[in-house]
Amino acid sequence: MADIDRVTATVDNISFIGSDVVDMWINCGDIVDKAKCGQFINIFCKGEGSLLPRPISICRIDKENKKLRVVFRVVGKGTKEFSEYKAGDCITIMGPLGNGFTLKDKKAIIIGGGIGIPPMLELSKQLQCEKSIVLGYRDELFLNTEFEAFGNVYISTEDGSCGTKGNVIDAIKANNIEADIIYACGPLPMLKGIKAYANEKGMEAQISMEERMACGIGACLACVCKSKDVDEHTKVNNKRVCKDGPVFDANEIEL
Amino acid sequence: MSSMKVNIAGVELNNPVMTASGTFGSGMEYADFVDLNKLGGVITKGVANVPWQGNPTPRIAETYGGMINAVGLQNPGIDTFIERDIPFLQKYDCKTVINVCGRSTKDYIEVVEKLADQPIDMMEINISCPNVKEGGIAFGQNPKAVEEITREIKKYAKQPVIMKLSPNVTDITEIARAAECGGADALSLINTITGMRININRRTFAVANKTGGLSGPAIMPVAIRMVYQVANAVKLPVIGMGGISTASDAIEFLMAGATAICVGTANFNNPYATVEIVDGIKDFLEKNNIDDINDIIGCVK
Repeated sequence: MADIDRVTATVDNISFIGSDVVDMWINCGDIVDKAKCGQFINIFCKGEGSLLPRPISICRIDKENKKLRVVFRVVGKGTKEFSEYKAGDCITIMGPLGNGFTLKDKKAIIIGGGIGIPPMLELSKQLQCEKSIVLGYRDELFLNTEFEAFGNVYISTEDGSCGTKGNVIDAIKANNIEADIIYACGPLPMLKGIKAYANEKGMEAQISMEERMACGIGACLACVCKSKDVDEHTKVNNKRVCKDGPVFDANEIEL
Repeated sequence: MSSMKVNIAGVELNNPVMTASGTFGSGMEYADFVDLNKLGGVITKGVANVPWQGNPTPRIAETYGGMINAVGLQNPGIDTFIERDIPFLQKYDCKTVINVCGRSTKDYIEVVEKLADQPIDMMEINISCPNVKEGGIAFGQNPKAVEEITREIKKYAKQPVIMKLSPNVTDITEIARAAECGGADALSLINTITGMRININRRTFAVANKTGGLSGPAIMPVAIRMVYQVANAVKLPVIGMGGISTASDAIEFLMAGATAICVGTANFNNPYATVEIVDGIKDFLEKNNIDDINDIIGCVK
C-alpha cells in the first residue's frame, strides 16, 4: 500500500458554517486509515482552467466510517468550486500529505487562528493529556463549540465581540494559561508571535505552515520555507512545506 | 505491436515520453505513482555546480489553463546529484537526462565535467530559465551567446548535449541555428513564457519574483508552432514540450516534428500523466495501424 493515494471520493455532507467557511465530510476509503492529525489532502478542481490541486488541512478523521472532514474558507476559484459541491458528488483527492503533529505527553496549549483552526480539532480530540485550547478569530466564530468537548476553550477576537479583544497571545496572557508545549496553526504573523512567546517562556512549539503549492509531494520546490540549518534533502536553508512539513518545530525554521 | 522507440542523437528511448525539467524532481517523489521503467526518460530538475537557494516565496500562481512559477532553480548542487539522484535513476530502464544550469559559462562547464564519467545518457543545458538574474535566459536570447556556450560545453561533454531553448525571443529559428552551429546534438523547447500576475487585494505581484514562467495547456499552441518552425529549420532532433497533458497533445507535437516530448505541469494535476500518455500514444498507433512511431514524426508539413 502506497503511502499516498489519489482516489475518487464522494462528498458525504457539505454545509456552510460561517459566511465563507465550508464544512465538508468526504467518504474516501484507505486515505482515512493512514491519515494523522496535522496532515492535509489535495483536492483537485473540476473546472477546466484550474490545474493545481488545493491543499486543505484535515479537520477530523473518522476511521470507523471511513470519512475525512475538511473545513475551508472560500478564498478563490478552487475553494468556490468546492463550496458548490453537493452530497454525493464525486471528487478527486490525494493524500494523506505532509508529516502531521507529533503528539507528546506534555501539558499543552492548542492554538488555532482563523482558517488554521480546523486541523486543531482532530489534534484536540487525539491529545489525551492536560490541555487548553485557544482560538483566534477576526470576528465571526466557527467550530468553537465543537472544541469544548476536548478541553477548556479560550477565544480571542480582533473586534472584541467574543472573549479577549486582541490575538491568541493576548488570550493566553489574559487567562494565565501555562503549559510545556504549544501546537499551533494559523496566519504567519500569529505563528511569529507564538514562536517568540514560546522561546520567551522556554516552551516547545510545533507550528503548521501554509504556502502556495503545486505538486504537494515534494518534487516541484514551490512551497518552501526558510530553515535555520541546511536541510538534508535540499542542501540549502529551505524545507519543503508539503513534504517536510507542514508541521515544524518553531525553532527549526525562520519566520 | 507498434514500435514506440525513438532515437535522439544516438540514444534509443523505449518511447518518446520524458519529464520536463523542474516538474518531476529526479523522479523519487513520483516513483510512488508511476513506474519509471515505462517512461522514455526522466529529465531532472536543473542542477548547478553548487547548491542554489532559489527565489523567495510565493513562487507560484495559478493562471487560467496554466501556472506561473519563479522557483529560481533551487537545487542541491551536482555533488548531491552524483551521490543520490543519478544512482536512483540508474535503477530504472529509462534514460537519465540531467538538466544543467549555471550563472556563468564556468559554472556550466564545472557541472558538465563532473558529469563526464557519470552513467547518464544525455544532458540538457538550461539557457532559458526566465527566473534567475544571471545565466539562464541571458545566454538563451542572443544567438552569438548561444553558439558560444554550446561550443564551450561540447568541448567538455562526454554525452550528447541537448540545448533547451527559450520562447522569449523574436525568432526562435535563429537561436536554434546558433545552437546547431555550436555543435548541439539536440534541441528541446519550449521553456516557459515569461508572465506576470497581480494580487489585486494586496496590491502586490502574485509571485515574489514579480515575473514567472508561464506553463501548462495555455501555452501549447505557441509551443507547437515553435517546435514546427525549429524542426523545419535545423537537422537536429527536437524534443517538444509546453502544455502537454494528454496523448493527443503529445501526438500533435510529434506530427509537428518533435522526436520526443516532455510532460511538465500536467504532473501536478495528474501524477499519472506520463504513463497515461505513453499508453495513449500506443493506442493511437495501433488503432491507426501505424507500425512505427517514427512514421508520424514531422508528418504534417
